[in-house]
Amino acid sequence: MPALPPEPGPEPSPLGDRNALMGVNNLAAEVGMIEQEHASIIGAELKAQGDPEAAAALAKRKLGLPFWIAIGFIGLLTFLAVFADWLPLADPNEQPRGASARLEQSLPPFSYRVDGTLAPLGTDSLGRDQLARVIYGSRVALVVGFASIAIGLVIGGALGLLSGYFRRAVDTATMASMDVLLAFPALLLALVIVAIRGKGVVNSTIALTVVAIPTIARLVRANTLTFSQREFVLAARTLGASHLRVITKELLPNVFLALLPFIPLAIAVAIAAEGALAYLGQSVEPPQASLGGMISQGQPQLEQGKWWVPGVPILVLVMLLISLNLLGDRLREFFSIKESAL
Amino acid sequence: MRRGSATKTLPTPERDPNAPLLEVVDLRTQFRTPRGLVRAVDGVSITLGRGRTIGIVGESGSGKTVLSRSIMGLLPRSNTIRTGSIRYEGREIIDLDPDEMRPLWGAEMAMVFQDPMTSLNPVVRIGRQITESLRLHLNMSKSQAEETGIALLSSVGIPEPAQRMREYPHQLSGGMRQRITIAIALACGPRLLMADEPTTALDVTVQAQILDLLGEQQAERHMAMVLVTHDLGVVAGRTDEIAVMYGGKVVEHAPTADLFANVRMPYTEALLGSIPKIDDPSHTRLMAIGGRPPDLVNPPTGCNFAARCAYAQERCLVEEPPLVEATPGHLYRCWYPVGSPENLEIRSRLTEQAPAAERPEGVLDDADVKVDPGAWHETGDV
Repeated sequence: MPALPPEPGPEPSPLGDRNALMGVNNLAAEVGMIEQEHASIIGAELKAQGDPEAAAALAKRKLGLPFWIAIGFIGLLTFLAVFADWLPLADPNEQPRGASARLEQSLPPFSYRVDGTLAPLGTDSLGRDQLARVIYGSRVALVVGFASIAIGLVIGGALGLLSGYFRRAVDTATMASMDVLLAFPALLLALVIVAIRGKGVVNSTIALTVVAIPTIARLVRANTLTFSQREFVLAARTLGASHLRVITKELLPNVFLALLPFIPLAIAVAIAAEGALAYLGQSVEPPQASLGGMISQGQPQLEQGKWWVPGVPILVLVMLLISLNLLGDRLREFFSIKESAL
Repeated sequence: MRRGSATKTLPTPERDPNAPLLEVVDLRTQFRTPRGLVRAVDGVSITLGRGRTIGIVGESGSGKTVLSRSIMGLLPRSNTIRTGSIRYEGREIIDLDPDEMRPLWGAEMAMVFQDPMTSLNPVVRIGRQITESLRLHLNMSKSQAEETGIALLSSVGIPEPAQRMREYPHQLSGGMRQRITIAIALACGPRLLMADEPTTALDVTVQAQILDLLGEQQAERHMAMVLVTHDLGVVAGRTDEIAVMYGGKVVEHAPTADLFANVRMPYTEALLGSIPKIDDPSHTRLMAIGGRPPDLVNPPTGCNFAARCAYAQERCLVEEPPLVEATPGHLYRCWYPVGSPENLEIRSRLTEQAPAAERPEGVLDDADVKVDPGAWHETGDV
């Protein structure tokens, strides 16, 4: 591949922003870059032949517009959630008081309050600003989703690497305990943990981490099993590498790359689970906003035909989940040629 | 990271400078499997002096790879039984555990694997794969290791070594990759190199280059080499002695020239016969050895090779032939060795019986070979 001239592709490759956005490490970016390079060379050849079908096949090798829309939505929501305290938003917990209060409840999007201020996404049944509540609710969802998967990756990843590499007793013990965890219905397990430990962002995170660990450990173990059979692991041993070195320097980068597309999907599952907990009133303590809590609170408004009250948080949650799923799917397709190329 | 424990030298009292570099005596390696005990290496003895090369030849399943990994102590310990003796510079290493072997791996003995596609880590830069063991065993600084790595790459014939250091394995061709695995194996100056089918996964045109490279490096470093291969052509000009393995046993062991000049073991003869000859007319049927290697869980009584041997007699099926010495240094395991009067007699009988002509050699199975031992009688002219 290095011998090929650096031919310009049909479109400039948006490498820079991708690295920045995905925040992946050098190695994943490097693999991506090589594939991009490869794809654009093939693309040029196909264009020369004027074969639209083959060009369409090539399009699969690109991340595509929906991917960037998904990235954009997740990025926007994350930005709003992170900087919510500094943005000119209404107080998410402030209820209108006095005589006009009833007039400001359950307003549809783009309507004005009595004092002439705009409520961009309307108000809820208590007259609180929906935009502010959705943003603060997303903050809870994102924090719980990302944190539980991040911690789950560290703990579950370590367990999976150890049992996949050492196998035998370590494997038996670890996987048996993971199977016990998996045997519980996930949401029930999370509910039990929250019931014992109490509500709040930290406890929701802990609950969902415990739910995520067995799945991650199994996935990492499966990948570790295949990679540790590869000769480069044996080769590292023949050079005197310790077990720790083999695991961290030889196996971890390979396993991480294989796991990368799975991460957004796992985050989506965790966010959905947080939504479910909140819907059942078991996530954060009211009046703090959460997406699930807003849905359950707004539900009675459906009967009065005010569908937008639960509709706004539902829309945001659904778009977030679809974006994360799309991200994961595209990444998986994108990286799937890796095996044959290496 | 237990960097400190990896020292360059072994504890001196056990080291004997006069002992051969590697001495393997009656090594047996057995695997516990659900089917029973697999006798993968069954009583192999090999002695290898400093700077010498031995070729281990045999077909798939003959135990040659298991032998090389047994010597290195690389087999999973849990279901493997190793008995016998492996002495490295006079020091017994068969009962060392992996932590005690670790200072030896890379620094004293290293291995080159069959497939450079899988023996290099696909997501780690070549530079780091080379410098890692330098820093581990020789305690080099980052820049020292980098310099040494570049020097190593250019010594194994890689152009633009500094640039290659920054590349990933998949950016290079198979031959280049194998050069890199060799450079990595040689990095810490081992005195024993195990090359396990180092050219099998490569293009024929690259094979000779890689073998030449191994030879050069070996001479330069006065390094001993165990060259494991299924291809007699590979070992012919490049080894001091050859051990032919079959069913976990050494069936013939001789200095290279002697082996090719005076083949004793019918199996070796058959292997030689299966090499296509350049002056054969086109469409000549390839000589193959019919049948399969013996079952190593329930090895046959008598000679391992009897079921596939053209000259097999009653005795071969009952009594196991011992390893006997024909001329000094030339050992073989056969009751009716090639070149003996008995063998000549069997041979002449066979030619009378079967007007050989159109036997489809390649499609024989075990049963076939038993009823018709004339399966590959044409090989007598080797």
